[in-house]
Amino acid sequence: MYAFDYHRPTSVKEAANLAGQAEDAKFLAGGHTLLPTMKLRLAGPASLIDLGQVAELRGIERSGDAITVGAMTKHAEVAGSADVRAAIPALAELAELIGDPHVRNRGTIGGSVANNDPAADYPAACLALNATIVTDKRRIAADDFFQGIFTTALDEGEIVTQVSFPIAAKAAYAKFRNPASRYALVGVFVAKHADGVRVAVTGAGSNGVFRVPEMEEALGRNFAPEALDGIAVPEDEMNSDIHADSAYRAHLVGVMARRAVEAAAARG
Amino acid sequence: MTTVSLTVNGQSVTADVDPRTLLVQFLRENLRLTGTHVGCDTSQCGACVVHLNGQAVKACTILAVQADASVVTTIEGIAEGGELHPMQSAFREHHGLQCGYCTPGMIMSAIDIVNRKGSDLDEQTIRAELEGNLCRCTGYHNIVKAVAAGARAMARAPLQQAAE
Amino acid sequence: MTATGIGAPVRRKEDQRFVTGQGRYVDDFNRPGQAFAYFLRSPHAHAAIRSIDTGPATIMPGVVAVLTGDNLAADGIGGLICGWMIHSKDGSPMKAGPHPALAQGKVRYVGDHVAVVIAETLAQAKDAAEAIVVDYEVLPAIVDTAEAAKASVQVHDVAPDNTVFNWHLGNREETEAAFARARHVTRIDLVNNRLVPNPIEPRAALGEYDPGTDTYTLYTTSQNPHVARLVLSAFIGVAPEHKLRVIAPDVGGGFGSKIFIYAEETVCVWAAKKVRRPVKWTSDRSEAFLADAHGRDHVTHAEMATDENGRIIGLRVHTTANLGAYLSTFASSVPTYLYAPLLSGQYDIPAIYCEVDAVYTNTAPVDAYRGAGRPEATFVVERLVEKTARELGQDPAEFRRRNYITQFPHQTPVIMTYDTGDYAASLDKALDLADYRNFQQRKQESARRGKLRGIGFSSYIEACGIAPSQAVGSLGAGVGLWESAEVRVNPTGSVEVLTGSHSHGQGHETTFAQLVSDRLGIPIDQVSIVHGDTDKVQFGMGTYGSRSGAVGMSAIAKALDKVIAKGKKVAAHVLEASEGDIEFKDGKFGVAGTDKALGFGEVALQAYIAHKFSGQDLEPGLKEGAFYDPTNFTFPAGVHICEVEIDPDTGVTRIDRWTAVDDFGVIINPMIVEGQVHGGIAQGVGQALLEGAVYDQGGQLVTASFNDYCMPRAIDLPSFQVGMTVTPCPSNPLGIKGCGEAGAIAAPPAVINAITDALGHEDIAMPATPQAVWRAAQKARMPMAAE
Repeated sequence: MYAFDYHRPTSVKEAANLAGQAEDAKFLAGGHTLLPTMKLRLAGPASLIDLGQVAELRGIERSGDAITVGAMTKHAEVAGSADVRAAIPALAELAELIGDPHVRNRGTIGGSVANNDPAADYPAACLALNATIVTDKRRIAADDFFQGIFTTALDEGEIVTQVSFPIAAKAAYAKFRNPASRYALVGVFVAKHADGVRVAVTGAGSNGVFRVPEMEEALGRNFAPEALDGIAVPEDEMNSDIHADSAYRAHLVGVMARRAVEAAAARG
Repeated sequence: MTTVSLTVNGQSVTADVDPRTLLVQFLRENLRLTGTHVGCDTSQCGACVVHLNGQAVKACTILAVQADASVVTTIEGIAEGGELHPMQSAFREHHGLQCGYCTPGMIMSAIDIVNRKGSDLDEQTIRAELEGNLCRCTGYHNIVKAVAAGARAMARAPLQQAAE
Repeated sequence: MTATGIGAPVRRKEDQRFVTGQGRYVDDFNRPGQAFAYFLRSPHAHAAIRSIDTGPATIMPGVVAVLTGDNLAADGIGGLICGWMIHSKDGSPMKAGPHPALAQGKVRYVGDHVAVVIAETLAQAKDAAEAIVVDYEVLPAIVDTAEAAKASVQVHDVAPDNTVFNWHLGNREETEAAFARARHVTRIDLVNNRLVPNPIEPRAALGEYDPGTDTYTLYTTSQNPHVARLVLSAFIGVAPEHKLRVIAPDVGGGFGSKIFIYAEETVCVWAAKKVRRPVKWTSDRSEAFLADAHGRDHVTHAEMATDENGRIIGLRVHTTANLGAYLSTFASSVPTYLYAPLLSGQYDIPAIYCEVDAVYTNTAPVDAYRGAGRPEATFVVERLVEKTARELGQDPAEFRRRNYITQFPHQTPVIMTYDTGDYAASLDKALDLADYRNFQQRKQESARRGKLRGIGFSSYIEACGIAPSQAVGSLGAGVGLWESAEVRVNPTGSVEVLTGSHSHGQGHETTFAQLVSDRLGIPIDQVSIVHGDTDKVQFGMGTYGSRSGAVGMSAIAKALDKVIAKGKKVAAHVLEASEGDIEFKDGKFGVAGTDKALGFGEVALQAYIAHKFSGQDLEPGLKEGAFYDPTNFTFPAGVHICEVEIDPDTGVTRIDRWTAVDDFGVIINPMIVEGQVHGGIAQGVGQALLEGAVYDQGGQLVTASFNDYCMPRAIDLPSFQVGMTVTPCPSNPLGIKGCGEAGAIAAPPAVINAITDALGHEDIAMPATPQAVWRAAQKARMPMAAE
């Protein structure tokens, strides 16, 4: 790890000020992506602004038709939240599938969405649930927030404070893990809303998380696995690596989508 | 240098550390608590698992400064008055270890599993919950048996569990 | 059997420290004034080094020294060696290229050692390493095993066509004749995938120099500290043997990868004297992936000939073995004498011929990894046998049974004389435990759920108890493979056993103590096992090749016999009886036909006070040593049956059942033996389903972390059903055959045979990842299961 200056603000405002003053600063949330990257010297920020003591960034709240999760809320807290389990069980299940128990005890939703790793799980939930990403400056619709691999709508120094998920009528997440890393090789989040169905895919796309309009339309007409028959995502837009080439990933998108729909439909 | 104060195995500790010091380095090098091991650099093997405020975490992926004001328990801190923790005894009784290197992390994870999932654990639950711990020696067969037995023993020894 | 004697599942003595975090591994040691080493490694697979400018690094904060291959050469430090000479078919010796501990003029794989920075802290050493300027002339690289001999790239000047040797074993003419009269010939092409051993403890070394006594100490993660000392002194020339102490304390797994003498430990000892500071290096996992010796990496074409009665009459094998960029310590023996002599398997095959071409490539050195050669041989034999049975339309279990060797001793056409075994007994027991008779029912039940079920067999044999010194010497080994032991009885009657075996997970502190307890009749707590320190133990060849029981314990047994013999003399003096009348039984030395007796502890005390010794005929003390050199290899064998269920939609293979029935001869501690079987199976399943080291064409290791190299996790494995049969080994005093490698040898073909059975065709390579299995399932045009 390269040397860095360490800051531990206790409010969002203080964190934002620090980011404004420091050269080449990075926010440290759960640290489970950033610290390994820094350990391997693949990242070397001059300053690290630890959000761990910012109390206002934590917590889960149900208000009316949405679940709002503070950015520094850990995956284990989302997985274990009675409110989340009651309102959007698929979101709790997704959180339970991230990494391993130790990662879930440290990793945060804010860190995950701000990083927008193409194989991370939360971006799929955000897109499919039509979430709003709240920052210290504005509210950003998920559709506008995720802009390709490791790229988001966030400005320099902008801090994710909350993610607000509308409560869907039915939803489910089906994940095919990368056997080695346990990230999503393919993860499909399907959500049935009052105004239609949204299907979001992570892990598979060569440009990060994406929606599948054809599946959404078909499921809007008939929310059942067989509605997806004959619908395929284009292979040439899929990622390819030693674990899965684009053809296999494209195939798995179909399989995981059917399994997600099946699970969501079974929610009654 | 940044000052960090925390409680480790019941003892208060304060030190000035380079901010890039990982919690596992702090435990091993500053406190000489070498039972917590390092087996990888990508947060996967789990040899470094300790409890931070009662939850299992990977000490290789936490800065020591992030643990400021926290309570840390390591493998050295779970036996009570010379009596092994029931999970430690179970690993020994069921031959849940061979070279011993992954063992501290396994035991700390196993205790955490019981804390979260209770003492009546089926095989599939244990295997799934060991997601974050790699062992190269045992094939996990006896680790799974040890965790199940340790969990049952923890239920029989509620005082010890509470002390953790 | 007593509660702590031979055959008892004694709980391990060493576990108390391991479960409490009190184990002491190399990285847990810190010496006063210690500095930290960090190795600058080659980012290129193949490059000439035009120059190295260490200047900018030397002035970085905390830097103690920056050293390169030039410094090594100037100090006359020799290169790393390969200790087993293999001759090609034409009689020429293998082509061993230079292997300096720090590169001299050229780098040959990504991770090759270019320079070392020694600094006050590891972070400072890493910072400074980035300031070293290396001018590389990047050269084209060759990584592909099958292509290496044809490549225009030449890894070593001494090795045209990148060929280390073209070796062969067996009888070509007889084998050709067998194929000429065969009714059926089965052909197979196999790749034995390259593996990274990945013991969870990474390698580490801590070198220290004492100028007052001109002595060196090396703490290192070694399976064989004496061999390390011998090589470091006699061949590399870092320090004289009598001035170098090598300590291998608790070692966190080895699986072969910690047998070898590596660049890093060499440099730490040498540098410690140069900088007059203890120098510590601890590998991180990324370095381990790059620079630990890898395993396997064979490309093989093999053919099996059968006659009209379904009997195997011939086997011919051609293998290309990738040895990487340099010859590691025992690399040459692995694809030769640890491989081809096992090609007869458990079968009576009258004619076998095997050719092995070993090649250099721009990849990490390849050497022994759990099983070492024997898993590769077993994969060839057991895949071919299974395929032959299928092609002949025969039940794979019965085809095996028909071809089993049943008379012992049995001389194979490939060196080995099998001493004993009962292969059919293991098969019968395994079939029973696996509930083979109801397999078809289970297969149908799986099909109803849209899943493909398959069953696969592996009837493996291995040659363990490595090894008779004369035999291995005649085959090119640079060392003898005996073992030594010393039994020190203290005046209080407690016993220390100093053994040349080394435990890095095997539980020697318990099993060896069980033997002592059993023989001397003393409590197991009165026995200490001392190992892993060249200043304490006289000499030893270490632990690998499932040799610690068969060879290491046999040496202890011999020394114990001597202790008892001496004890009888002592007792005779004390009891004023004739030595010939003294009997040792149940821990007591007694005079036959009387009730006069002395306990073991009393005899020990009398031996040391020597008050009752008359004359000069008896020396005081009770300490005996022994060297044991085996007269034959041992031949553990067994049957493993794997049952899988495949989801054709995703290609995920789930191992539903695993049955293992092994014959390890006499078992000292069944709990520990079963644990060894479990661990071996997991590594074999890892090879078959999950693990594979992949280099890209440029020589970059793509699978360089646990993020890409898939290690077996708990969820990937079932619980194993383990059974035993016993035919005692006749060639060692304890009847032990060895158990450490069996699972890793047996498992890969069992898994692949099960998958090919499920898929209905043979076209699947290891690792059979979900993607590979899905594609193979597509190819087989299996009906897609309904969702």
